[in-house]
Amino acid sequence: MPSGPTPVIDLSQVTKIYGHGEGEVRALRGIDLRINAGEFVAVMGPSGSGKSTCMNILGCLDTPSGGSYKFLGVPVGNMSPDQRALLRRNHLGFVFQGFNLLSRTTALENVELPLVYRHVPKEQRRALARKALQEVGLAGRESHVPSQLSGGQQQRVAIARAIVTQPQVLFADEPTGNLDTATSIEIMKLLTSLNEQRGITIAMVTHEPDIAAWTRRIVRFRDGHIESDQVNEPVREL
Amino acid sequence: MFGNAIILALREIRRNVLRSTLTILGIVIGVGAVITMVTIGEGATAQVQADIQKLGSNLLQVFRGQGFGGGGGARQSAPPFSMDDVEAIKNEISGVRTVAPTIGTGAQAIYGNSNWSTQVQGTDDQYISVRDWPLASGRNFSESELRAGAAVCILGATVQRELFGGEDPLGANIRLGKLSCQVIGTLSSKGQSGFGQDQDDLVVVPLRTMQRRMVGNADVNSIMVSARDGVSTEKVQADIESLMRERRKIRPGADPDFNVRDLKEISSAMTQTTRVLTSLLAAVAAVSLLVGGVGIMNIMLVSVTERTREIGTRLAVGAMARDVLLQFLIEAVTLAAFGGIIGIALGLTAGALATHAFNVPFVLNPGIVMLSFAFSAAVGIIFGYFPARRAAQLDPIEALRHE
Repeated sequence: MPSGPTPVIDLSQVTKIYGHGEGEVRALRGIDLRINAGEFVAVMGPSGSGKSTCMNILGCLDTPSGGSYKFLGVPVGNMSPDQRALLRRNHLGFVFQGFNLLSRTTALENVELPLVYRHVPKEQRRALARKALQEVGLAGRESHVPSQLSGGQQQRVAIARAIVTQPQVLFADEPTGNLDTATSIEIMKLLTSLNEQRGITIAMVTHEPDIAAWTRRIVRFRDGHIESDQVNEPVREL
Repeated sequence: MFGNAIILALREIRRNVLRSTLTILGIVIGVGAVITMVTIGEGATAQVQADIQKLGSNLLQVFRGQGFGGGGGARQSAPPFSMDDVEAIKNEISGVRTVAPTIGTGAQAIYGNSNWSTQVQGTDDQYISVRDWPLASGRNFSESELRAGAAVCILGATVQRELFGGEDPLGANIRLGKLSCQVIGTLSSKGQSGFGQDQDDLVVVPLRTMQRRMVGNADVNSIMVSARDGVSTEKVQADIESLMRERRKIRPGADPDFNVRDLKEISSAMTQTTRVLTSLLAAVAAVSLLVGGVGIMNIMLVSVTERTREIGTRLAVGAMARDVLLQFLIEAVTLAAFGGIIGIALGLTAGALATHAFNVPFVLNPGIVMLSFAFSAAVGIIFGYFPARRAAQLDPIEALRHE
């Protein structure tokens, strides 16, 4: 075993099989992956390569069929749905391609949502959410509802929602998939600064090489295997 | 968490006002119907109970013929009573306070230009005592008036109003059919009977006056008997029955050609009937409350489907299954409780209007109001549970992907 600090994420020989018998689909065929604190990783691969399945397992939204997954050294493979919910609540943040903001709910309240489930008192919740919105450059937009915000602004709200709980890892699933190039760059700059300034570990799924180029490490999936795992010199501008 | 869930539920309800309104309509109608029915029922019951008081205490009535409200034929063919029967009841049966013979007939009452069709009761000075019916003004019949069959009368409140308006009737002469008689007294108002009759619509004349000058015979149609306080009316009733069988020579086992009614018994039977009817109506109304519950379940299921992505997002940011369950359950209960409150307001309003229209007292029953509210909230929990559980059991990945 290699020495050094405990990795945030430690997958060893993880498999995932959907269905059984004839219709069995082997989405993951033995994945070994470690992500250390402070990394910024892009997960790439064609559709059906297993990258989304892998991300769902990493995000504790799904459980592996075999192998072991340790989060901060704690095995999470056999956790109950509620235990996984607690893990997500306390350690993880999510950003989705489709933003997944609650409609007809203000930006501030959207950002407060994870804190509600952490039972943070209202005043403190407000203050933390305001601060997170400020951090993503949306000060002054607190009372706007998603339909009053541009796509890029909506994704910033979603990022604020993901970081308001100070998570160990931020999972981003095609965060720029619905955005134009200029806006995508803004979002990537924001994620980069969160990674570098705040030290948040980020794992991001993307199929765009331009977007992956912003990260420090690129993991490529193919047919349920990791095809390559390379260090990347991140770009700063496009 | 609870407070948050309620705020969330209220926001969700406000977001879709029309749908929420339609959703709770079933509960509103159900609760409203229950409250209305019970309010009317309670009012009717209270009315009947008040009527028992009005009838006079421990009142028994001896009628010719058989049966309740007896078939006219039987009553006609059965021989009438005589003053001897009245005396016999008064003297031979213990526990009798007073006895009043009566003869009733319809007549046109005329005073000046006023004309009123009413009921004339021929009886004696014991009548107002038997019926526990104080005079409002004037005096009762005197011995000599009764003996002589004098042309005097006492007016019921309705007749007084119709003939005299605000004028003082005492000493005036009115005509009852062909008989002209002087008003010597007026009765206080008794209001409607439990049978919906205006009890004040009558004129009382001495028995003999009635017999000689109006009907032309010496018969007595019915006998009113008032039992002494503390004496069982059942006992007096049975005694009168056996006495009258003997006097009217009815063989043991044969059907009598008269009947003795305890009016209190009839009233309590009516109270009972009213209660049963109220319960039945309320039960039917409660069924509509259940139907309302199905409406809530239906809309909650639609809502869960529509908000699948929202549920996925909530699960992703750390909501547990029970948080989602609670959220949807509270939403259903809040909806149902709203329906309950509106239904209660509606039911009480309808009940107040209906009791006013039916002329019965408005009785607010806090028990049934609380019960209806609790029941509608329970309907929310029961019918909200299934959709809420469905929401809570969603798979976060599929829910997030849901379009």
